[in-house]
Amino acid sequence: MKSESDKRAERLTRRQFVAASALGGVAVAVGCGTSARGSWEFLTDGQARTLAAICDQIVPADRFPSASQAGVLTFIDRQLVRHFRGHQDAYRDGLEQSNAMSRKRFGRALADASQEQQFAVVGALEQEANPFFELVRTHTLEGYYGSPRHGGNRDAVSWRMLGLDEPPLRGRAQYDLTKDSHS
Amino acid sequence: MKRVNAVVAGAGAAGGVVAKELSTAGLSVVLLERGKWYTAYDCRKDDLRNQAVSVLGCAFGPEDEGHPRVWVDEHGAPHTVFPSESQYQNDAACVGGGTLSWGAQAWRFMPQDFKMRSTYGAPPGSSLEDWPLSYDDLEPFYEKAEYEIGVSGDYSDDLFHGPRRRGLPMPPLPPNHEFEILLPAAKRLGLHPLNIPMARNSVPYNGRGPCMRCRWCSGFVCETDAKNGTHNTVIPVALRTGNCELRTECTVKEVLIDDHGRARGVAYFDAKGRLQEQLCDIVVVSGGATESARLLLNSKSRLFPNGLGNRYDQVGRNLQGHHYAGATGYFDFETYDDVGPGASIAICDYNHGTPGLCGGGMLDNEFIRLPIQMVDRLPPGTPRWGLGHKQGMRDWHKRTVGIHGPVQQIPMADARVTLDPVVRDKWGMAVLRISGNVHPHTFEIGEVQARRAAAWLKEAGAICTTLLAERPTLVSANQHQAGTCRMGNDPQSSVVNRYCQLHDIDNVFVIDAGVHVTNGGFNPALTVMAVAYYASASLVRNWKGTGFRS
Repeated sequence: MKSESDKRAERLTRRQFVAASALGGVAVAVGCGTSARGSWEFLTDGQARTLAAICDQIVPADRFPSASQAGVLTFIDRQLVRHFRGHQDAYRDGLEQSNAMSRKRFGRALADASQEQQFAVVGALEQEANPFFELVRTHTLEGYYGSPRHGGNRDAVSWRMLGLDEPPLRGRAQYDLTKDSHS
Repeated sequence: MKRVNAVVAGAGAAGGVVAKELSTAGLSVVLLERGKWYTAYDCRKDDLRNQAVSVLGCAFGPEDEGHPRVWVDEHGAPHTVFPSESQYQNDAACVGGGTLSWGAQAWRFMPQDFKMRSTYGAPPGSSLEDWPLSYDDLEPFYEKAEYEIGVSGDYSDDLFHGPRRRGLPMPPLPPNHEFEILLPAAKRLGLHPLNIPMARNSVPYNGRGPCMRCRWCSGFVCETDAKNGTHNTVIPVALRTGNCELRTECTVKEVLIDDHGRARGVAYFDAKGRLQEQLCDIVVVSGGATESARLLLNSKSRLFPNGLGNRYDQVGRNLQGHHYAGATGYFDFETYDDVGPGASIAICDYNHGTPGLCGGGMLDNEFIRLPIQMVDRLPPGTPRWGLGHKQGMRDWHKRTVGIHGPVQQIPMADARVTLDPVVRDKWGMAVLRISGNVHPHTFEIGEVQARRAAAWLKEAGAICTTLLAERPTLVSANQHQAGTCRMGNDPQSSVVNRYCQLHDIDNVFVIDAGVHVTNGGFNPALTVMAVAYYASASLVRNWKGTGFRS
């Protein structure tokens, strides 16, 4: 089922994946919440760790980077003081609730819970039709699959994952124009 | 400020054409546009901020801040909404209007589209009417639009459109992969597929090069300036005459009325926020269906206390756009080749003639689906998040084809815009209040169209299809907005006459999609342009040199 371009994209992205996961891993491990700009614009370090746990359940790492490894936290954080300003309270409360749920169920903060426990918490948020879940899901997917210029989809990693050329090729001669393909 | 012959309010699909036609005929024209003049250099290829995906705002206006509207939901509750939200029914605010960032489908309507009531009868609860114009009246002006704006495509295999004197000025773009998959399938079904007519250069035309087939088309300004709108065709021609002055970032506040009930000019806020007056002989309102209605309603005076053209409470009614219906097909082979604009093939077999249905619509394959537009369109059963969703994106992004199309709407008088009594824009002017819904028969037609789209996809080899046939509880207007200033012969049931002139003020014209009685089963911009050429020709014919008398 895998096409040649898929394979090429995977080879291309593997190196970036390693690089990205190294960076992301450090940031999360030391909890310094360092973004490219030096610090978060809206989130506290604690909120960032919780959000990273949720985002990485929505787009987990496999052979391609996870949401946080691809810069989705930077995307959401930047927009929370820009176009997503109106969602600041929803994030504050939603992250608090998620953490509380994790503490109640598993006795530890969401960021410190196991993958399975984090999956269970995010699944529970979806089950209870929590609007915060839909909000984070939407923003995470926008960050991961949207334009790299906003901090997410670092190095266009999701586009490469889908087998799209990045940068796009110009002036492609894809067709044999000598053939009449309309007949 | 020097008095001029004509002020045109709005430099979009219609206003650009009117400015060009009047200025080349020797009239002095001031063209006012509330937005900016973007160029090819403003193509930021931003998947999250353009006119099709506006999660981070509308790239080509208006900005959210200072431009609210009020949307009334089905329970009658008002909500303040902003341009980047769907309930706002935004088009664009810039030189070129929607034609800067459109997908550029440039269809003619069919002869029946101008005679919907006499063809089908009006469904209960609708305000379905015939146009006071026929296809034959507009045919020469369609041709003019196709040549002056520049349209590529090929109608020679089309059985359904009205007669035409000339073919299109440019051949179609070479087919993309979806075209090659869908063409034989349509033929096996006995349908009549054709290349979509597009206002996009397939060969060098009008001093600009051809399309380079990139992904960022519908919703974006073209990076290579190969996509044609009024901003890169007729407006530059108007400016070169020396008779037309374009003033950008100027928002018209009201049409000024003299003691005799005629327009004497307009008041507008200029780029620095100063209130200015521009006196003139003729005012042409070309703000797009929603904003043109707002300008008329906000132009209150002693003689017209309810706004201009609104003696019989008609301004703002019959708001319509297009109800989109179709299907998504999932394939076990690659269908996607990343070659823009994506949309390439259409059928017009289902626009008219289905017993029991009041019209129908064209069906075509979609413009390129950006990855962010794929995240909620994976096959049924795919997880909405997690590893399964990520794998689903990898599996299906290049193996999915969408076919959909604009269903011709059955207009309703209660689908409308009025002025909100409370909410104001950044200039302190009353904003639009949008209320009403789409006629239920439109949804019924949509459901039939969706099944037809699915059948086409299955014939092309889709292993699974999903239908797009929703029944949203709000009006449909957006980029295809139309109908608020209906054209008609009866002053009590319409706003303008067949020449787009207000029934009760002879020197005020509304020339844009607002005058559309019905909106066809096609993307409407070429018709907007054709009507603008038609109305301009009549205006110029009746121009007496020093003043305007109808």
